[in-house]
Amino acid sequence: MNFKLKVWRQKDGASPGSFKDYDAKDVPSEASFLEMLDIVNESLAASGEDPIAFDSDCREGICGTCSLVINGIPHGPGKGTTCQLYMRRFADSDTIWIEPFRAAAFPPIKDLVVDRSAFDRIIEAGGYIVVRTGSAPEANSLPVAKHDADLAMEAAACIGCGACVAACPNSAAMLFVSAKVSHLGLLPQGQAERESRVIHMVRKMDELGFGSCRNHYECEAICPAEVSATFMARLNQDYALASAKKVLAV
Amino acid sequence: MSMILDPKIPSGPLEKKWSKHRGESKLVAPNNRPKFDLIVVGSGLAGASAAATLGELGYNVKCFCFQDSPRRAHSIAAQGGINAAKNYQNDGDSVFRLFYDTIKGGDFRSREANVYRLAEISLNIIDQCVAQGVPFAREYGGLLANRSFGGVQVSRTFYARGQTGQQLLLGAYQALQHEIAEGTVKMYPRTEMLDLVLVNGHAKGIVVRNLVTGEINTHAADAVILATGGYGNVFYLSTNAKGCNVTATWRAHKRGALFANPCFTQIHPTCIPVSGPYQAKLTLMSESLRNDGRVWVPKKKGDPRSPDQIPKEERDYYLERKYPAFGNLVPRDIASRNAKEVCDQGRGVGPSGLGVYLDFSDAIQRHGESTIRERYGNLFEMYQNITNENAYKTPMRIYPAVHYTMGGLWVDYNLMTNVPGLHVLGEANFSDHGANRLGASALMQGLSDGYFVIPSTIANYLATQMGKKASTEQPEFKAAENEARCRINRLLSIKGKKTVTTFHRELGLLVWDKCGMARDAQGLQEALQKIPAMRAEFWENVNVLGDGAEFNQALEHAGRVADFLEFAELMCLDALERNESCGGHFRLEFQTKEGEALRDDEHYCHVAAWEYAGPHTRPNLIKESLGFEYVKLSQRSYK
Repeated sequence: MNFKLKVWRQKDGASPGSFKDYDAKDVPSEASFLEMLDIVNESLAASGEDPIAFDSDCREGICGTCSLVINGIPHGPGKGTTCQLYMRRFADSDTIWIEPFRAAAFPPIKDLVVDRSAFDRIIEAGGYIVVRTGSAPEANSLPVAKHDADLAMEAAACIGCGACVAACPNSAAMLFVSAKVSHLGLLPQGQAERESRVIHMVRKMDELGFGSCRNHYECEAICPAEVSATFMARLNQDYALASAKKVLAV
Repeated sequence: MSMILDPKIPSGPLEKKWSKHRGESKLVAPNNRPKFDLIVVGSGLAGASAAATLGELGYNVKCFCFQDSPRRAHSIAAQGGINAAKNYQNDGDSVFRLFYDTIKGGDFRSREANVYRLAEISLNIIDQCVAQGVPFAREYGGLLANRSFGGVQVSRTFYARGQTGQQLLLGAYQALQHEIAEGTVKMYPRTEMLDLVLVNGHAKGIVVRNLVTGEINTHAADAVILATGGYGNVFYLSTNAKGCNVTATWRAHKRGALFANPCFTQIHPTCIPVSGPYQAKLTLMSESLRNDGRVWVPKKKGDPRSPDQIPKEERDYYLERKYPAFGNLVPRDIASRNAKEVCDQGRGVGPSGLGVYLDFSDAIQRHGESTIRERYGNLFEMYQNITNENAYKTPMRIYPAVHYTMGGLWVDYNLMTNVPGLHVLGEANFSDHGANRLGASALMQGLSDGYFVIPSTIANYLATQMGKKASTEQPEFKAAENEARCRINRLLSIKGKKTVTTFHRELGLLVWDKCGMARDAQGLQEALQKIPAMRAEFWENVNVLGDGAEFNQALEHAGRVADFLEFAELMCLDALERNESCGGHFRLEFQTKEGEALRDDEHYCHVAAWEYAGPHTRPNLIKESLGFEYVKLSQRSYK
């Protein structure tokens, strides 16, 4: 298969970027999207042109490193991450636009690579259950209803890729934050810090320059881990309750 | 003069060794801990759990990873589960049985004391992870669920859907982020270790490159902990993440740390077959699928019929036929070798002929499609996405692929290498899996090393180092930094004709062919001839564009491939020197009448630890003999 690519090139965060045209030639339809870019990069390198920088690591859809906007959609057409997108989804001689995830809280590094460490800052603010190593009680001493455990797992499935932010017109990080708040808040182990957790994480999210949620649900539509937007309702509820309790000092 | 290796195994009965050792270990008092600076390289299960726990204890920790966030380390990709001898299923499990299964699964090439400790600690790991909120699968009564994995006859594997590694890593990552917030750990993401710095023979720091700015600098510490994973990407195609590399451990090896059993590599039986030369990585399908999937090939060679057209009696369920006791759940090395054997006989399936069926039709008939979907839904989806085939309707096609490396830097019972101060955890060390790792044991080992072993054993070293602070101003640091800089400049100045990937792929094909699932002396000698030539060509003809003071992925890759080109030679040499078959190391010359691995306990019941001796000199082989007091060495049988 052959494709016309329009790829965002940007030397570094301080320089302006622009789209450049490339031809992707003789790409097997079984190749993944990133393998297609590997093929293009091999030919660029052979001709002495700087290869296109893009992030990827596990290439099996779980590490959350890959982060391309393809034809305007984070991770491209279909469910799943960029690395799980295969060229058979495109038609021969298609033109494909490739951009980085764009958000004020994700500053550009080079070409298609952005800095998503703001997510780490949010987790740092409270996205954990504090357990001193070695002090944990016997695992089966605390039964967890299967329904709660399964629902917590659905929230915990978030891969932290940031597509939700890239898809949101306001660059909100609500889905990401709600996934962690729900994962831990649904479990009995997470109750002790439930209120402080939600307040600290939401404050940090605001402070880092993520926008506010206006219920577009673009995040849910593109989430490769299929994290449900209902977790955002849970987040709002937890946040309202925790804030109110704080104000009333109860 | 050859050095004597002391594994520092505590005396006394097996089941008392670890508690005795802890009782006798040195301590660093809480008020003194903040005076010690520790470097942890790697943020996977072992690195993140170690950094978090050491920070929590009060040490001053710096943690480095090449990924953009510690949450993305490749532990995240482990699918199936984590073993623990909880015996929640009341099916006869015990610490001893987990120990025994692991020793036997490793084909009697690991240390009894280490493995027993691992089995003991497995209990604490599950407690710790549950308390952190890891959402393990549960029964309707609210208690934890288990499943079976290869090489065992009990259900002791804890799991979180097909994403156990992800959930365990997120638990460790969250603990790490908490310590970062507390200020006990400072995190350096997108930072790669380029070298180890020794001062008076002790590991006292590292040289790193900031992958965003290209800046190279050094960090000093009282001890260095490497948790940098395995070297599977020496084969180019593997189930490892693209960034996985041998650089940290190889650099440490060149600074004096012994590399143990590099030829022990694990080829995982259930991966999606290779589809073409453009391919950049292979995808694993969890071993848990073998709980319900039946492996078969047609009885006839080159049978062109589609699988549904082949009647049951014309199918060879070869694992069930040859190993009735374990059936489809034989250990990985045996499952892989048998797949290769039937494909070599011309009975392989799929376009390349390098594939076998993993068939779920019987399980679907027995349990219903919805149950199978609940158990493996995400895996079936992933399979469909990659191959465009629906495994609910037609059998999966699978083939073995490089997955894990049991070899690694030699460590003693304290997880310290022969270089004082240098400690190694997780897949990066050699210690617990012998010649073959059982499924769901990697996560166990990573977390055991990180949460429970190193936080206790590192004090034995640190207590001897009071008042012996190193500084990056010392000449050793300047010299190492300068060397790293020169090497990068050299890579950039070659401006040859071949890309880094071309070299990596060539090396991978060679070692897969000569040092993969089956090896023989002739092939290994051939590889040992070719690798130095390949390396020489690399240093004359590689083309690395751009410059060093910027984000430069080709340069990162070039440095890693340069190290693989050196490491590959040691791996082949080790495979050549080990004149026996054991676990994942299968030498064609050494097999039983039935084609099983034939060990030579008289001559090879040892750890082969290699000492670097210079660029053009054969490394020295130092042997640590393995004593077995509690298990009887036997021919592994899964029949």
